[in-house]
Amino acid sequence: MGAWLFDPAHWSGPTGIPVRLLEHLGYTLLTLLIAAVIAIPLGAFVGHTGRGGFAIVGLSNALRALPTTAVLILVVLWAGLGDFPVYVALVLLAVPPIMAGTYAGVRAVDPMAVDAARGVGMRESGVLLNVEIPNALPLIYGGFRGAALQVVATATIAAYTGAGGLGRFVFDGLALQEFGQMLAGAVLVALLAVLVDLGFAGLQRLTVSPGLRPAGTGGKR
Amino acid sequence: MTWILENWERFWEVTAVHLRLSIVPVLAGFALSIPLGWFASRSAKARAVLFPLANVLFTIPSIALIVITPILIGVKILDEINVIVPLVIYTVALMVRSVSDALAAVPGNVIAAANAMGYRPLRRFLTVDFPLALPVTIAGLRVATVSNISMVSVGALVGLGGYGQLFTEGYQTDHTEKVLAGLIGTVVLAVLADGLLLLIGRLLTPWARAGR
Amino acid sequence: MIEFRAVTKRFEDGTIAVDELDLTVEAGTITVFVGPSGCGKTTSLRMVNRMIDPTSGTILVDGRDVLTVDPPTLRRGIGYVIQQAGLFPHRTVLDNVATVPLLSGWDKRRARTRAAELLEIVGLDPAFGKRYPAQLSGGQQQRVGVARALAADPPVLLMDEPFSAVDPVVREDLQNELLRLQAELDKTIVFVTHDIDEALKLGERVAVFRKGGHLAQYAKPQELLSAPANDFVASFVGRDRGYRTLTFLHADVPVHPVATAKLGERITVADWTLVVDEQNRPKGWLSGVDGEVEVGEDDLVSGGSLYDGSSLRGALDAALSSPSALGVVVDDAGAVTGVVKADDVIQALAKARAAGEVPK
Repeated sequence: MGAWLFDPAHWSGPTGIPVRLLEHLGYTLLTLLIAAVIAIPLGAFVGHTGRGGFAIVGLSNALRALPTTAVLILVVLWAGLGDFPVYVALVLLAVPPIMAGTYAGVRAVDPMAVDAARGVGMRESGVLLNVEIPNALPLIYGGFRGAALQVVATATIAAYTGAGGLGRFVFDGLALQEFGQMLAGAVLVALLAVLVDLGFAGLQRLTVSPGLRPAGTGGKR
Repeated sequence: MTWILENWERFWEVTAVHLRLSIVPVLAGFALSIPLGWFASRSAKARAVLFPLANVLFTIPSIALIVITPILIGVKILDEINVIVPLVIYTVALMVRSVSDALAAVPGNVIAAANAMGYRPLRRFLTVDFPLALPVTIAGLRVATVSNISMVSVGALVGLGGYGQLFTEGYQTDHTEKVLAGLIGTVVLAVLADGLLLLIGRLLTPWARAGR
Repeated sequence: MIEFRAVTKRFEDGTIAVDELDLTVEAGTITVFVGPSGCGKTTSLRMVNRMIDPTSGTILVDGRDVLTVDPPTLRRGIGYVIQQAGLFPHRTVLDNVATVPLLSGWDKRRARTRAAELLEIVGLDPAFGKRYPAQLSGGQQQRVGVARALAADPPVLLMDEPFSAVDPVVREDLQNELLRLQAELDKTIVFVTHDIDEALKLGERVAVFRKGGHLAQYAKPQELLSAPANDFVASFVGRDRGYRTLTFLHADVPVHPVATAKLGERITVADWTLVVDEQNRPKGWLSGVDGEVEVGEDDLVSGGSLYDGSSLRGALDAALSSPSALGVVVDDAGAVTGVVKADDVIQALAKARAAGEVPK
C-alpha cells in the first residue's frame, strides 16, 4: 500500500489522489448541504409543533433500511450515468440521521424555557429560531456528524457506476487485482472521514453556545 | 413485483443467503459487545480506548473492509466470511456504546439495593443490571440489525450473495425490475426484523411500559 | 388592575379548569392564587397573558380586553416568571434579562445596560451577567427569572409557582426579596402557589381555588384564617390557623428586663441569665449553676426564636421556644432589649379581641 500511496505518479493528473480526494469531499459536502436543507426544517417543524412525530420516526427508520447501492443503480438505470444518481443515493442516506437528530433535539429543549419564550412575547418563529434550534444544536450536530461519517464512507460506492471520488481506487484496484491501490483508497477514505468529522467538531464548538456544554465545562463557577 | 413472482425460487434463494449474512454478524457482534460494553461501563480507561476505536472502525467504508478482509485473514475473495467479519466489526462498534450507555443508566439505588440484599456480581449482572439495560440495548440492536441488512448488499459488488446480486445483475443487464425486487426484499426484511426485535423487547421488558 | 369577568376554560378533553371566575386584582397589590393541584389557579394566571385563551368570559388588564391584543405584543407588556425560571440555557444571564427589551426593539447596548441594572435590583452581582444559567444555583436562577420579567418595566407581573423548586431557606430569602422589591416597585402582581404559608406571607389578597376551577374564597389573609368561608377553606388553611392568625396581629406586649452577662465574665447565677456578645446580641442561656462561675461557651443552652416586634405570632413563638420560657426581644440591629412572656401575649390577644381588632 505504502508503495502505491507514496508513488508521485499517483499524486498528479486528473485521476490522481488530490483530484479524487476533492471529488470525494465535493460529493460529501454538497450531499450534506442538500440533506440539511431538507432534513433540518422538516425535523424542526415537526419537533416544534409536536405533530407528525410518529411519521418522522417511521420515515427515518424506513429510509435507513434502504440499500444505497440499489438506489444508486436504480437512479442510474432511470436517469443515466453521472453525478445526479450519486447525490440522490447519498442524500437519502444522510436525511434520516439529520432529521431524527433535529427532531429529537427540538423535542428535548426544556419545556420551561419554551414556555418562558412564549411568555415573554416571542412569536412562534422566534421561539423556534431563537430558543428551540439554538438549544437543539448539540443533538442536530450529533445527527449531522453521524450522517457525514456515513456519507464519506458510502460515497466510495459511487465509483461502482463510474463516478469519481476515492472509490475509484478501490474499484479500479479490485478490477486490476491491485491490493495496494485498494487499500490506499480505503485508508484515504477513513482519513478523510476523520478530517471531515474534526472539521464539523470545530464548527460545532464555534456555533454552539458555551451554556449548553456539559456541566462543569462551561467556564468558572 | 412480477419479477419476484416469476422467479420465486431464485428470490427465495437470495433471501436465505441475505438473511444468513445479516443475522449471523448481528448475533456474533451482539455477543461480543456485551462483555465489551460491560467493561466500558465500568472503566473510564476502557471507554477512552473503545469508543474512539469504534468511531474509527465506523469510518472505514464497508466495500473497503470487504475487499481487505480476505487478504488479512487469508481466505478467497468469494468466501461469505468476508461480509460477515466486517459486519461483526460494525455491529460491535455500534453496540459497545449502546450496551455501555444502557448499563451506565441502570439506577444506582437499584444496584445498591441488590448489593445490600446479597447478590453476587455475576448473578446481579444477569438478573438485575442486564434486564434493566435491555430497553436501551435493544434499541441499539434494532439500529444495528437494520443497517446490517442494508449493508449486506455491498458484498455483491465483489461478487458475494444476497439481494445485492440482484442489484449488480440488474445493473449489468439494464433490468430495473430485478433491482427493485432486491430493494423491496431488503426493506421488507429490515422492517420485519425491526418489528420482531421491537416485539421481543416488549415481551422481555413488560415493566418498561407499566404505569404509563 | 386585572378583571376576570365570568371566565370559563374548558379543555378539549372536556375537563373544566376554570368555572365562571369573577375576580378583580387591585392595581399595586400582590394577589395570590392558591389551591390544590388541578384547581385552575395556573390556568387562570395563564389566561391573563394569553398563554391560554378562555372558552368564554372576558379578562381586562387596565380596562383593555386581552383578547383584542395580539399575544406576543400583550406578553411583552406583562412580566412572566415561572417555576425553575425557564431561563434560556444558551444565552448568558445578561442576555436572558435583556430578552424583552430586545424584543421590543431597544438597541443592544441600552438593553444590556438595563439588564445589568436589573441584576443589581434583584440582588445579584453584575459579574453574574457573563455566566450561563447552568452555572447558577436554583435561587440565583430564580432571581434572574424575576429580573428578566422586570426588564421592560411592565406594570403587571405574573408569577407561576416561582419559588417552589428551591429549598426552604432559599425560598424564604426569595419571598423576602419579593416583598422588598414590591415595596419599591409597586407592581400589580398575581402569584400562584400551592403553599398556603407562602400565600399568607406574600398575599395582600388571597384567592383560594378548589378543584373544578371554583373560587372558594377571595379575601385578605387574616380573614381567611379567622373567617374561612366554608369547610374547604378551613381545612386548606390548616389546623394551625388560630396560631397563624397571630401573624396578622400587632399589639403591644410588655417587655420585661432580663439579666444579661458577657462571655468570660464571672457571675453568680441563680435563675436564667441571658448571655450576650460584645454588641449585646444574644448567644444563649445559662442556668442551674451554683455559686460564682466564669461564663463559658460550653455552658450555654442555645435556643429560641427571636422576637423583633413583628407580630403576636413572633412574640408567642419566641416565648414558647425559649428554654427559659422568656422570649428574647431584639431591635433592628439584633441587640437584646428585654424578654416577653407567653401569658402576656395571651392577654394582649384577649385585649385585642375585646377591642374588636380580631376579625370574627
